[in-house]
Amino acid sequence: MIRIQQEDFDTGAEYNALRSANTSASAGAIVLFTGLVREFIATTNTAEGNPTANTFSLQHYPGMTETVLAELEVAARSRYKLQQVTIIHRVGSLQLGDQIVLVAVSAAHRAAAFDGAMYIMDILKTQAPFWKKEGDNWVDAKESDEQAASRWTTESE
Amino acid sequence: MTNKTKQTQTSASKFSLHLLYFASLADTLGRPSETLTPNKNITSVAELRQYLQQHDSRWASAAQGATILCAVNQTVARDDTPLRNGDEVAFFPPVTGG
Repeated sequence: MIRIQQEDFDTGAEYNALRSANTSASAGAIVLFTGLVREFIATTNTAEGNPTANTFSLQHYPGMTETVLAELEVAARSRYKLQQVTIIHRVGSLQLGDQIVLVAVSAAHRAAAFDGAMYIMDILKTQAPFWKKEGDNWVDAKESDEQAASRWTTESE
Repeated sequence: MTNKTKQTQTSASKFSLHLLYFASLADTLGRPSETLTPNKNITSVAELRQYLQQHDSRWASAAQGATILCAVNQTVARDDTPLRNGDEVAFFPPVTGG
């Protein structure tokens, strides 16, 4: 299940939805990850005259975002035999500490659930068309994110 | 307004591309989208990049030393990805979501 939305999400409700979908009790593990808006240092003028210095926002490419995430869900399900997958990503204006993204998966055992959630996050961060803006500055892509994503493709496959 | 020589504004067969720009690239170019109607057909992403940089100084400076990714009809594209009349072509910096 994929959702792109401006509004916040309820981790408890999302967890319960995954758990209640496990009607046959074939899942023995649920991993739920949330990403938050971390503090950042505004490099531009932070004087009171600059109202955007401390704002945080997320832009995306409507249409392509949904397609990329849907393909990612299919790949993760197949790769880790995941039973339920929920991916929620917020867009628009956010505040420090706000929830940005939720990835929740269920699987028979914990290793697949941990790996599946990590795989989804690593690929999402390098392939889904979202862009963060901190204050007046668009965030630069990080080499460490590319490396985190590349380990899933360089491993034996 | 008796302009009998008025030309049709858009011809259905004229080659056009719908371009989308995101994040810092949209800021640099000063627009989030545009419809491009070049005087000749553009057949690949590489050719489109070259055309844009030759015809727009802001494009030329934006492309200098920066990674600009491309998607054609919402699918990640490479330089040799072919283009057809009416395609949606998006250009954007490396993504930073999550």
